[in-house]
Amino acid sequence: MTDITQELTRKNHHPAEWLIEKALFISGIASIVFISLIFLFLFKEGMLTFKSVSPLDLIGKWVYDPYDEKNIFKVMWQSVSEVPKYSIVPLVCGSFLVAFPATVISSVFGIGCGIYLSEIASARVRETLKPTLELLAGIPSVVIGFLMLAVVATFVQDLFHTKFRLNAFVGALGVSLVTFPIIVTLVEEALRAIPKELRDASYALGATKWQTIWKTVVPAAVSGISAAVLLGFGRALGETMIVLMATGNAALVTLDMFSSVRTMTANIAAEMGEVVQGSEHYYVLFLVGAILFTMTFVLNICSEVVINKMRRKLRM
Amino acid sequence: MKNLRNKILSLALIGIMCASPVAFAANNITVKGSDTIVILGQRWAELYMKNNPDVSIQVTGGGSGTGIAALINGTTDIANASRPIKEKEIQQAKSAGYYPAEFKVGMDSIAVVVNKDNPVQSLTMKQLMGIYTGRINNWKDVGGNNAEIIRYSRESNSGTYAFFKELVLKNQDFAADCQTVPGTSASVNAISKDANGIAYGGVAYFLNQPNLKILPIKKDDKSQAVSPLNVEGKADYEAAWSGHYPIARYLYMYTGFKPKGKIKEYLSWILSPEGQKIVEEVGYIPLKVK
Repeated sequence: MTDITQELTRKNHHPAEWLIEKALFISGIASIVFISLIFLFLFKEGMLTFKSVSPLDLIGKWVYDPYDEKNIFKVMWQSVSEVPKYSIVPLVCGSFLVAFPATVISSVFGIGCGIYLSEIASARVRETLKPTLELLAGIPSVVIGFLMLAVVATFVQDLFHTKFRLNAFVGALGVSLVTFPIIVTLVEEALRAIPKELRDASYALGATKWQTIWKTVVPAAVSGISAAVLLGFGRALGETMIVLMATGNAALVTLDMFSSVRTMTANIAAEMGEVVQGSEHYYVLFLVGAILFTMTFVLNICSEVVINKMRRKLRM
Repeated sequence: MKNLRNKILSLALIGIMCASPVAFAANNITVKGSDTIVILGQRWAELYMKNNPDVSIQVTGGGSGTGIAALINGTTDIANASRPIKEKEIQQAKSAGYYPAEFKVGMDSIAVVVNKDNPVQSLTMKQLMGIYTGRINNWKDVGGNNAEIIRYSRESNSGTYAFFKELVLKNQDFAADCQTVPGTSASVNAISKDANGIAYGGVAYFLNQPNLKILPIKKDDKSQAVSPLNVEGKADYEAAWSGHYPIARYLYMYTGFKPKGKIKEYLSWILSPEGQKIVEEVGYIPLKVK
């Protein structure tokens, strides 16, 4: 045997090599470790809520009202109070009232933009548009929030004559700016994954470009596109700074898009600073975080399943 | 492997040192808490550090609740608060091994503001309670236009929130549609753009704002409306000292223990005429000289 093969077959001939391998392994599985640790921590702290708060309290609470002189079932979030009220109903309403319109807006434009980039745009146009999109994705959300708060809110109120100047719709407009680049990128990727043969076959049958896009490429990529929308929705649920600044943060139970809302994220951001560690309020905030995390986790899993389904279909 | 263990040990040591800067730097004073006092606190700190170059003082805001929580968690030397410490917080502090000492360092009037175009001239304390608990929803019920009242409040970590809730709302809940804005300067911005809005906050923030109107407040139907401002448009000291203006409060500083050393010197300087002059300059009300 030559020296080199000897060298190659000898295992762990140098401790540094062993260390580097292990270090790479740790970096490789780091995301799994982090996610499980975050999951564990959130749920451990969140579950401590139930030491002193009943699960019903998370929906609403019977409170004696001295003004009406009777007990009232109050569905409200008022964490600093004689009798704290920790209903998460207004927070969940708020989160969905922002995330849903934001996803609809950014999907309409994002899917369109993705199709244009992947199917229609010339290489030169694409080279200009892609970096611009990345620029958009790079705008700090606090800047978008400030823009919404100072400028867009007035514009929206003048246009729709809303009661609240800061409302869920203004927040949704801001959040859609954040989810838009995500959806575009994922849609474009999904469309590019469609094999060229499919398009060629379509053209060979005499289809026009538009017919090929609409009848062949988009249907083939529909699961990838849905995954993009789901991921965008998850991102919209998690956005904090924009909604904190632009939605007014009133914890209302409502389905009105033009009402002021308080989202789960904004609520945690606004209140986490004040709480004493280990207090009831502290644990409830963790529980809200755990619920939010579960929601985005489920959304991500769903989109992963959808994407895998598409990959399998394309391989056939 | 021994080498690695040493490295981990030294890393852990650095971690411990970073976690407890207070223990390692005696001339470093951290002050945290009320957003109402943060400007005042910074002015105090600047001037004090100029005269005492060996002391370094860091002042941050976050809200009275945040400051007191930080005191209990051991991450600040002094907590600023625009409300007295609660009994519950004293208990939490004691179980964490602290014995909070209280210092009244100034006074502040809470002003109620509306947009300059709002025709309402004054409100009673009862009307104010009705508005903020959600029982009065239209400006015409308090002598204004036929328009819905848009309520602006503060986040629950604000001392102004706690004080307002206790004194004006008599500890009832705020109406659910109270919008919360981060900080009093955000309320200024909101009210100047919202013709039907109402907000409250420390009077210093609302001085010289052309788009706002500071409302005089009546204790009850029979009494005179009192403005937190005097004829010159500055905060009215006598009205706050005498309790004539109904929504005035003390500003507090809390330390974890009975203060000594640099912290004690700093606090006595704040209470000295020199320190109290800065209270005036910033727009708050100095303590009454006995």
